[in-house]
Amino acid sequence: MNSVESQVMVILGARPREARHLLAILQEIQAAFRYLPKEALLIVAGALGISAARVFSVAGFYKALSFTPKGERLLTVCQGTACHLRGSGKLIESLQSRLGFKIGQSSSDGRLGLESVNCLGACALAPVATVDGAVHGHLTPEKALELI
Amino acid sequence: MLLKDQAGLEALRSGLIAGPKPTRRLWVCGGPGCLASGAAKIQEALVREAKGQGLNFEIEFRADLTGCLGLCEKGPLVGVEPEGFLLEKVALADCPELVFETLRHGRPIERLLAARDRFKSHPFYQPQVRQITRRFGQTVPGSLTDYLKTGGYKALGLALTTLSPAEVSLMVERSDLRGRGGGGFPAGRKWASCRLAPGSVKYVLANGDEGDPGAFMNRSLMEGDPFSVIEGMTLGAYAVGASKGFIYVRHEYPLSVERLNRAIQSAEKSGLLGRNILGGSFGFSLEIVEGGGAFVCGESSALMASVEGREGQPRVKYVRSTEKGLWEAPTLLQNVETWANVPLIVENGHEWFKGQGTSQNPGTKVFCLVGQVRRSGLVEMPLGSAIRKLVFDVGGGTGAGRSFKAVQIGGPSGGCLPDSALDLPLDFDNLSSAGAIMGSGGLIVMDDLSCMVDVARYFTGFLMGESCGKCSPCREGLTLLYRILDALCQGRGRSGDTQKLKKLATLLSKTALCGLGQSAANPLLSTLRYFEAEYLEHENEGFCRAGRCQGLFWPRIDQELCSGCGLCRKACPAQAISGQKNKPHKIDLANCLSCGACLSVCRFGAAKAARKDS
Repeated sequence: MNSVESQVMVILGARPREARHLLAILQEIQAAFRYLPKEALLIVAGALGISAARVFSVAGFYKALSFTPKGERLLTVCQGTACHLRGSGKLIESLQSRLGFKIGQSSSDGRLGLESVNCLGACALAPVATVDGAVHGHLTPEKALELI
Repeated sequence: MLLKDQAGLEALRSGLIAGPKPTRRLWVCGGPGCLASGAAKIQEALVREAKGQGLNFEIEFRADLTGCLGLCEKGPLVGVEPEGFLLEKVALADCPELVFETLRHGRPIERLLAARDRFKSHPFYQPQVRQITRRFGQTVPGSLTDYLKTGGYKALGLALTTLSPAEVSLMVERSDLRGRGGGGFPAGRKWASCRLAPGSVKYVLANGDEGDPGAFMNRSLMEGDPFSVIEGMTLGAYAVGASKGFIYVRHEYPLSVERLNRAIQSAEKSGLLGRNILGGSFGFSLEIVEGGGAFVCGESSALMASVEGREGQPRVKYVRSTEKGLWEAPTLLQNVETWANVPLIVENGHEWFKGQGTSQNPGTKVFCLVGQVRRSGLVEMPLGSAIRKLVFDVGGGTGAGRSFKAVQIGGPSGGCLPDSALDLPLDFDNLSSAGAIMGSGGLIVMDDLSCMVDVARYFTGFLMGESCGKCSPCREGLTLLYRILDALCQGRGRSGDTQKLKKLATLLSKTALCGLGQSAANPLLSTLRYFEAEYLEHENEGFCRAGRCQGLFWPRIDQELCSGCGLCRKACPAQAISGQKNKPHKIDLANCLSCGACLSVCRFGAAKAARKDS
């Protein structure tokens, strides 16, 4: 067994092999590899007894899942309404131009990814962003770049 | 300890209430806003500091994270028991003093004092009725002990020993409780329909896929009082005859998942979930399903598809899900806040429940008040309260130098209401006739610097990205609408665009497959209804009166209003503003980028957007 296969088998072993757990399994694979390797998806299809088409279609549907690797560290800018009103649009524009890549992409060395999220619920601190899950408020492009 | 019957439950509760209490307790707000400003570190520091100053943990003090205390704008917040002080903007550096003065001697720190009587007289709290959020500030979320001490599981004990499933269902029917997730559908109708539907396997489901931007009431509830959702669902399962339930939680809420899971585990250990609940024949188990980051999964049929492990796409509802829902079995799906109302109704009766709110809209609703308002936060009010009360009394109105323009209610499916609608009662029916919806209860206040065309573009763009793509009116319609709105905001509008928007939006509302698609044009239609002049200014004059759409205005400084504070000079990215301290400033339009930075920092309303040719 190669490393992808062995890791996927561990993830599959954690719960009953029922098709309803597909999304949860894919999320764990995403967390382990930072993307969904094709090989892993085929193993999952076989193990759950469902078509590869269904696995790929679910994998393509949800925003939390990705076919290409996400950055090792993630800067996620909130695009909620309160953040929009308090300038998240300009924050994103400025980050994109300074980092040289866009929302949903990663730096060429794969170290940093830029993402957006619809709302983090910390609206009083708008505009906000998370770095590897920790929330930071009242951001300016300078403050956001300092965080990473 | 495994509870075998209701008597055991009540004995345990009495014992816990009578048990020893620490002399003083600090409740550090664990809401999303305060956590983001470091509340968890403050709680740890308080415990460490108190132990360092020789205070005895559990005997002389406790300091815990609790549910959201509401006043997010002033976080991190700390509540003090038994004195009832509420402290605001507490920093790590304040902790030693807080322990010495407040925890040891019961004295508040004046500079941090927001209120002496916690949730009573402060203008933010005074109009509120904290019913669903009552445990925020007096329990550790997910602690069964604290839940029991505050009356938790009284309703379930009562139902299992004295009420038949039909009687429990009837109580909810008679309460006229309406679904808190958006549309306000009568909950009792769903309960009755699911209870009477034939089938030996039934499910209860909770919708915790709170995807509306600017809404965190469901998150606050799942993280602040997870047991209330669990107890509500257990009662629902008993009433309709289900033995299995799922809570669908938004992917972005890992803490909700953690707290719900912990609560489920301790309920299982105590015999309040699982087989033979409280020693009887009724059994019910609960599982968390984490979403995958798709807004459409908040729609009921899409949510069920997602629980089944498929793409979260809605289906046409020829048959109600209460008859054929999850895996074709009768399914009772309610928003988490609706579920949290159920124990209150069963414990206190439907007449009591109707004591708050209006006759058609009984009970309270949790709102998130955010945007350009002085006191952002989590607010619980009786249904039917005037919007003005919320925005101005609770929220304190818009910021310095700004005036109120609109309040956006109900998220991406909701609408923008102008000041003429401020005296409307906040309830399901009035909001929908005004062109908005209750939605999950997000209120986003917008001031005169918010451009309504830009707001419509924002929501349309949001929904365009979240459209599941199954039906063409939504998939293609939103793209077309977005293109026109984007052109208007960039000054590329063409004659007739506003009319075209109206036509397309109406078509979309009438032809989309699911509720989300049908309501997707609401932000656009409501802004067109109340703020058409702004659309026409964008279309015909290339002018944005809010000074939001770059290039569609020149900023001007009113020489009479300018105080010469210099904020705009510092904010200007093009160094186009000059002036001496305390003297009126001027803008050199030759260098101006028309970005609006000066408008948003001015506290005196002196910087204004003017037509380019003026």
